[in-house]
Amino acid sequence: MAHVACSPLRKQLILGNKSYADVTHDVADLLDQKPSALWYVGMFISVAMLALGVWATTYQLMTGIGTWGLNNTVGWAFDITNFVFWIGIGHAGTLISAILFLFKQKWRTSVNRSAEAMTIFAVICAGLFPIIHMGRPWLAFWVIPYPNLRGPLWVNFRSPLVWDMFAISTYFIISLTFWYVGLIPDLATLRDRTTSKIKKAFYSFFSLGWNGSNRTWSRYETVYMLLAGLATPLVVSVHTIVSWDFATSVIPGWHTTIFPPYFVAGAVFSGFAMVLTLMLIARKVMKLEEYITLHHIESMCKIIIATAGMVGLAYITEFFVALYSGNEFERFTFINRALGPYAWAYWTMVTCNLVVPQFFWSKKIRQNLTAVFVLVALINVGMWFERFVIIVTSLSRDYLPSSWAHYSPTCIEVATLIGSFGLFFTLFLLFVRYLPVISIGEVKGVLKYGRVATSPTETIHTPVRKEVAV
Amino acid sequence: MSARYLIGVFGDEHDLLEATREARGQGYKIVDAYTPFAVHGLDEAMGLRPSKLPWVCFGLGLAGAVAKLWYQIWTSATSWPVNVGGKPLSSVPAFVPVTFEIMVLFAGVGTVLAFFIVSRLRPRKKKPDVLYEGVTNDRFVLVLEETDAAFDVERVRAMFQQHHLIHLEERVDSIPRSLDEEVQR
Repeated sequence: MAHVACSPLRKQLILGNKSYADVTHDVADLLDQKPSALWYVGMFISVAMLALGVWATTYQLMTGIGTWGLNNTVGWAFDITNFVFWIGIGHAGTLISAILFLFKQKWRTSVNRSAEAMTIFAVICAGLFPIIHMGRPWLAFWVIPYPNLRGPLWVNFRSPLVWDMFAISTYFIISLTFWYVGLIPDLATLRDRTTSKIKKAFYSFFSLGWNGSNRTWSRYETVYMLLAGLATPLVVSVHTIVSWDFATSVIPGWHTTIFPPYFVAGAVFSGFAMVLTLMLIARKVMKLEEYITLHHIESMCKIIIATAGMVGLAYITEFFVALYSGNEFERFTFINRALGPYAWAYWTMVTCNLVVPQFFWSKKIRQNLTAVFVLVALINVGMWFERFVIIVTSLSRDYLPSSWAHYSPTCIEVATLIGSFGLFFTLFLLFVRYLPVISIGEVKGVLKYGRVATSPTETIHTPVRKEVAV
Repeated sequence: MSARYLIGVFGDEHDLLEATREARGQGYKIVDAYTPFAVHGLDEAMGLRPSKLPWVCFGLGLAGAVAKLWYQIWTSATSWPVNVGGKPLSSVPAFVPVTFEIMVLFAGVGTVLAFFIVSRLRPRKKKPDVLYEGVTNDRFVLVLEETDAAFDVERVRAMFQQHHLIHLEERVDSIPRSLDEEVQR
């Protein structure tokens, strides 16, 4: 029963005693107003970063990937690090939209729309790197098993790289579908509200004639539940398959069975750090303090503590197993990570991913937004270095000392990474400008959660009042 | 023959829920309810049967998985068998990940398309007629069908008013005729 939600023991999810119309008004008005000066500043910086990335990508495509710092020994470095980093970022969005939905965590409603958008943009950024890495991206379609005139020559379905292509494409399509299905009722709300002709035509087209019928809502809820049920194993499979890109090879430091759970936990960990970064910016720039409350931020900080614990356990386990295994190469690789030429990267990773999240145990720090912003930025740095450490240290010194080599990135690679951040933030800023950042329909559903009726005119039914009515 | 409908407008999800329960309890024929968000418990109150879409999802997922597994075996072992690292040509365990992905893809996208078809959702050029202004904002509408001559509008009004009725109107097919105005006249 919905009445149970009106308990004084529960914390209110949405502050400010809003009515249903207030919610529509608050979210829809953001799209009608001129954006704030902060938005323009953000957009300017993002587009500048994106332009740098476009320049770097064009240059390396025209010249060849010899413009990177790769050598015969280290064939994967910056690009694959970026790829794994971005895919991991995306996973928090699916966790919020699907897994928290299945666990009936009602606080997700304020953040799920933007978190799902983040997933889609992160997957776009991730997908670019393997395509750029191909060197001849116009032949990228060769990874698709289509009937061709070369035999037909099929792809090798036993290769984790092919699995990866299927996993990432499916993940992108399902995330986009999930996001769009969630948007339909809100687009209908905007359609019925806007006075602009162009906007009305746009919203009418994409809201598919939604009229709020409960027969449709009933099916919609079923579909939403099914999609959440499908997206949950999907998100686990995606990062599992990404980790298999490494784990199925025979490179020391990669060839471990711990990789799938370790990667999935790390993905959620880094993803939540990025969700928090975006939410802190969005609630400030778009003035959404009553929707994205301290309670939301605290909840996400707690998830970060939990996943940091899992990641930490994985770091310690893989180090212990390497030392205990009796395998000379495995042992060397791990000692080399901690004490070798990339020790600075390893200790950056350990500090940012194991030490920094421990600050979130303190309620004071969780409620200090500046502190949270700085700490999650450090976690983002740490998780990027985790992938760098795994990929580069293992490759640069594996079996034969004669083939050891050092890798350092060129400015082209750094510019491409900056460009991917530019793309990500440009897309996100466009999203907050043109689509409802808060799921209007879902927030209305939890609007009265935890709210106690204070005056007789309040329309909330407390159990006492219900008895009178009966 | 034209059907007559009675449309009750409420301002709160609980009012709509209670009114729906009572109307159904008294044997009125509920055509549909229109709400700005999914009101939990309304399906039971209206007596809607659970959707069959989970079966569509299951069927499509199964079809996708079977088709993709067959496709992988056919391409790897029949169409052009290539010996990769001495592994068996039909190495089913290695085909599991892609089979799983395609299962999820078919089930997910297929279910959404099936939902669009059964709910008649398709891109529109123009804004469709919404039953009542505000139904996508903060109004909750219950539609009853006036099944016979014995249908007493005033009794229904009295029943709805207990649940904080905001507005009541009668429509023949879909032509609105405000009862409140009539009463004033």
